[in-house]
Order: sequence, then C-alpha cells, then structure tokens
Amino acid sequence: MKIRQYSLRALALCALQGHRDWPPAWRTPQPKSSYDVVIVGGGGHGLATAFYLAKHHGVTRIALLEKGWIGGGNTGRNTTNVRSDYLFPESAAIYDLALRLYEDLARELNFNIMLSQRGWLTLIHNQHQMELAAHKLNWLKCNGVDGEIIDRAVVRGMLPHFNMGRDARNPVLGAFLQRRGGTIRHDAVAWGYARAADRLGVDIIQNCEVVGFEKSADKITSVHTTHGRIHCERVGMAVAGQSTALAAMAGFRLPLTTHTLQAMVSEPIRPVLNHVVISPATGVYVNQTQKGELVMGGMLDLYQSYAQRGNFPTIEKVLSAVVEMFPSFGQLRLMRHWGGAVDIVPDSSPILGPTPVRNLFINCGWGTGGFKAIPAGGLMLAHSLATGSTHPMAQPFGLDRFRSNRLVDEGAAAGIAH
Amino acid sequence: MILIRCPYCGELRTEDELTYGGEANIARPAETVSDEAWTDYLFMRTNPKGIHQEQWCCSAGCGQWFKVVRDTVSHRILDVWKFEEVSQAAEEVA
Ligand SMILES: Cc1cc2nc3c(=O)[nH]c(=O)nc-3n(C[C@H](O)[C@H](O)[C@H](O)COP(=O)(O)OP(=O)(O)OC[C@H]3O[C@@H](n4cnc5c(N)ncnc54)[C@H](O)[C@@H]3O)c2cc1C
Ligand SMILES: [Zn+2]
Repeated sequence: MKIRQYSLRALALCALQGHRDWPPAWRTPQPKSSYDVVIVGGGGHGLATAFYLAKHHGVTRIALLEKGWIGGGNTGRNTTNVRSDYLFPESAAIYDLALRLYEDLARELNFNIMLSQRGWLTLIHNQHQMELAAHKLNWLKCNGVDGEIIDRAVVRGMLPHFNMGRDARNPVLGAFLQRRGGTIRHDAVAWGYARAADRLGVDIIQNCEVVGFEKSADKITSVHTTHGRIHCERVGMAVAGQSTALAAMAGFRLPLTTHTLQAMVSEPIRPVLNHVVISPATGVYVNQTQKGELVMGGMLDLYQSYAQRGNFPTIEKVLSAVVEMFPSFGQLRLMRHWGGAVDIVPDSSPILGPTPVRNLFINCGWGTGGFKAIPAGGLMLAHSLATGSTHPMAQPFGLDRFRSNRLVDEGAAAGIAH
Repeated sequence: MILIRCPYCGELRTEDELTYGGEANIARPAETVSDEAWTDYLFMRTNPKGIHQEQWCCSAGCGQWFKVVRDTVSHRILDVWKFEEVSQAAEEVA
C-alpha cells in the first residue's frame, strides 16, 4: 500500500516496511498539448501560484514549466529569513499575509516546512538608528504588525557571543525585534507546494524551458518550450532574475535589473545562535540552521550580473563583519558559498498583476527578499490568472505604478534587507 | 573579481575601488515627450544576459566616469573607453 498522507502513523508503518513504500512526492508527467493555464517558473512563487489556483479557484488544467529543477533558482539559494516589518501599509499587508499563511502552511500542505519563529533582530548602533527604529515601530503599530525595541541588556542576553566590549567597532544600543520573524526550510516550501499542487492535478514539468511565445493580437496563444509547443488560455510568469528575457519574448520591457546576491555557510557546530541578527552598519546578517551551520549574507553586488556564483570581495566583507560581531566565529571554516540572480526594482517592491499582453500576468521584482512573501505572491498571481483582474492587495504593485509615479519605496522607507 | 583599467588615470582598479553606474548611453529626452517615453527613460532597462554597455566611475582613484562593455555572465571586460571616444567593441555589438 502506498501511503500518501504524511503523519506519525505513516512514518511508523513505513519504517516497518524498511521505508520502501513511500511514493514519489509528485509525478513526472509529459506535457500535454494544451492547458488552461501555463505557469512559467518553478520557484516558490510559481509553485504557490499553481497550488492556490487549483485549490481556491478550481482550475485543474495547469502546467508549471521549470527550465531546471523546482526550487533551483533563488528559492533554493536564499537564506530563508522571514519577517513582516515593512513600513508602508501596502507592503505590510502583503508581507504579513505571507507570514500568517506560513504560520499555518505545514498543516495546509501536509509538509513540514520547519518554520522557526526564533525572532529577527535588527541591531541599533547609534541614536539615529534608534530614532529610525522608533519611527518604524509606530508604522508597524498602525499596520497591526508586531515589533518591539529591546535595550542593550536584552540583546546581550539573547546574543551571548556578540561582541559588546569597548573595542567593538559598532557599539550596540539595542535592537528592533520582531518575535514572529525567523527562518523556514527553503526546499520544504518548494517541495511542499509542489507535492500539494501535484495532488490537485497540476502537471509539474521540470527541465522544460520556455523559449518563446506565439501571439495573436495582444494575447498569447501558445508557449514554445524545449518540449514543444503548448497551447494555453492564460500565462503566469514568476521567473525572478530572468524576468527581463521572458518579458522581451512577450514584447514588453520591465523596470528591473538583475544582480547577484550571495550567501555562505560555515561548517556545522552545536547551537550557539538562537536568533536571526542583522547589523545595519554593514548589511550583514547571520543565523544558525537546524543542522548547525551558520548562514551568512550581506549586501547585493551593485553591478548587473547573471553569474549565479559568489566572489571574494563580497565573501571578505561578509565574513569580516560577522567576525567583528561574533569574534569566536573566526575559528570556523567556510563550507560553501554561492549566488543567485535577483531582480531589483527601483522602489524595492514587487511587480504584480497585468502586463501589456492581455492574458499574461506577472509576479516578479521581489529582489533580495521574496522568499518571505511566497504564499502571498502565489495567492496574488493565482487571483489574476483565475479572474483576469487584480487582487485588491496587489493593486498598489502594478507595472503601471512606474508611469503614474506611485512608487512603493520600501527601499528608502524600510531599508530593505532580504 | 572585476578588474578594470581606468582609461583616465591608467590604473588597474578592483571592483571595490570602482562605482557602478548602470546602463550606458541612456539619453534624457525632451520634457515634451509622452509619459510612456519618460517612464521608459527613467525606469526601463535592457538588462541583458550577456554583453552589456555600462558606466563605471574610478571612485577611489581619479574620480572620472567612463564606459565599459562587459559580459554579465562571465564578467569579462571586452572594452573600456572614455565618454568622448567611440568603442570598437560597442559598435560591433550594437
Ligand atoms: C543569496 C540569497 C539570499 C536570499 N535571502 C532571502 C531571505 O533571507 N529572505 C527572503 O525573503 N528572500 C531572500 N532572497 C530572495 C528570494 O530568494 C527570492 O525573492 C525568491 O526566492 C524568489 O522566488 P521566485 O519563485 O520568484 O524565483 P526563483 O526561485 O528564482 O524561481 C524562478 C524559476 O524560474 C525558472 N525559469 C527562469 N527562466 C525560465 C524559462 N525561460 N522557462 C522556464 N523556467 C524558467 C528558474 O529556473 C527558477 O527556478 C534571497 C536570495 C538570494 C539569491
Ligand atoms: Zn582613474
């Protein structure tokens, strides 16, 4: 008997059979010649879109096309920080919706996403940052999102290995803390959505690259792929750093540039760091995974790049900042480092909703911080694909905001860091 | 790591000594253009995966801005030239 639902009972039963009875988590179907909806991009946003489209809107003839393997883009490369402490009400609504959905997602998907709400700390190094934190806190209160300012003694208690000495380059006055912030296992989000979408009938087709669109008037009639041509009624696109190329195939331009964002991990050690911590002085942040590795990241590489690999100037900046914060981490060896191609928009807010092509809807521009937004991004794109209209929460994030000059400038407001 | 020889001071600079200035050759249109053209000018970028013409500044050195043709995948520098000059490599890709 194949056991489909994951549970303690299933685990025990399968253990008795030597774990031979687990079925694959999703099928490997051949693409059909036509679908109602084709979703391009098998990252978290594309997979969540497929799931919500099938679950909430009853659309079943859905294909999700991924040029590599699902989660192999930024979703599988990100440092998995989640939080919702954004400034503007429009952003707070989206990011907090995502966090609330994440809080229940393991149950909804029957897949352990390993949500760990261990608290997300932004250090406060000087009076100016203290005032900014107070200002942000007021905004969060208006937006109904949790957050607090903690003092130096509390930070010391939470981060026992942090350098609080007189020699510290960046002294700590306190921190902004969102207790609901934390981390999630990134692959589990991709796999959980994929498995749940597959069970609702979505065809997840990997190693299938979209190479062009066939249009008639201002509508896409079919999608050209490395597996042939697929007819479809509507197309959803969630390809992050590759968005410019896909938009060009469909005949329009996007206000974004692609850059490398890097991350790195140390060798695994015993638990030493229970929270996620970022220093606004360096833009460097660090947390410890359940396996014990320290995950570290910093600022985006400012020049355009599709390289998807790390480089030494950034590694040096990140590591020197981490060792400055936690001198004892200097004993550790670096195990891996990597980069992802992220899609940077001038106002650091996503682009959601309609495009100049009538039946093509978009979800991109999450830049360095869209993992935390996956459930909400999926809901928004699913809504567009099902109804042809824009969800009220996605309205402020339309592509038309650049022409009407109604930017949602979180880059300036909240000082976005992933 | 990106290394570029500044065409003004002649020094080989690392990416940490340089400032990136985005896509090159974007000309400001007349103020009478349509909103679409203005939006294009302000926000839309070619963002190619491959050959890109861009601007860099020798910010830790002589402070001059110059142009570069660079591959955005391999990061190879194909040409570097002054604003008042014309690039052979740039002519070829254009
Ligand atoms: C190093 C790093 C650290 C980060 N840290 C954080 C963090 O801590 N918190 C946070 O919230 N966010 C973080 N992010 C950002 C986050 O990873 C992204 O915003 C998010 O994963 C975007 O998801 P996505 O589904 O839109 O894109 P992706 O996961 O990149 O998925 C897009 C998919 O589209 C596919 N694709 C592209 N072109 C085609 C084509 N022509 N045909 C078919 N398929 C195609 C790609 O192969 C890819 O799998 C980080 C990113 C990086 C790189
Ligand atoms: Zn110079």
